[in-house]
Amino acid sequence: MDAAQALADLVEISAQIETAVLAEANGTVLASTLADEERAQAVARDAVELLQAAAGAAGEPVQLEAAVPEGSVFVVRDDERLVAAVTGRDPTAGLVLYDLKTCLRLAGENAKPAKKTASRAKKKNEEEAADGAA
Amino acid sequence: MARRRLAAFLVALGSAAGAAALWRRRSAKGKEHVDVYFADGSMVTFGEGSDEAARLLPIARRLLTTTR
Repeated sequence: MDAAQALADLVEISAQIETAVLAEANGTVLASTLADEERAQAVARDAVELLQAAAGAAGEPVQLEAAVPEGSVFVVRDDERLVAAVTGRDPTAGLVLYDLKTCLRLAGENAKPAKKTASRAKKKNEEEAADGAA
Repeated sequence: MARRRLAAFLVALGSAAGAAALWRRRSAKGKEHVDVYFADGSMVTFGEGSDEAARLLPIARRLLTTTR
């Protein structure tokens, strides 16, 4: 499943999520529900900043919820990607976080088989080269 | 008679405790806060007035404004 499909599924599943952006760990946008690319980039940048600002003695955070009267911001990350989402006021935080983690997992599933295929192809080429040399 | 009074007192006490818990929960819901979760499963909440919330909430507000 690619990033855009994972994000589309997320928004379809979670009625509480108004906007979501999927990005690489450095903030490069992979997919967004926002039509405006610049706004999506700004959301990803702020999400990275939130995670960095929340890091402390306990280490790097893996997820956070920031709630203000206008709504809530959720950010969930894994080693390679992060997903940021905006909801209305008083969301069911546990459900939103669960859906965001599922989105990250689905987006990651696309990248892993591609790596495997690449390493298998490389191994096959090396074997063929060795056979040719023998 | 004394038993009936004790039962009525306990029911009134339970109702008051339930109402207080509900009121506390509802009033806490609308408050500004940041919940931060770490890889080891620990979680910390920064409430209104804390230094951490003062640092994190403006970023969250800016993000919210960008999306709306």
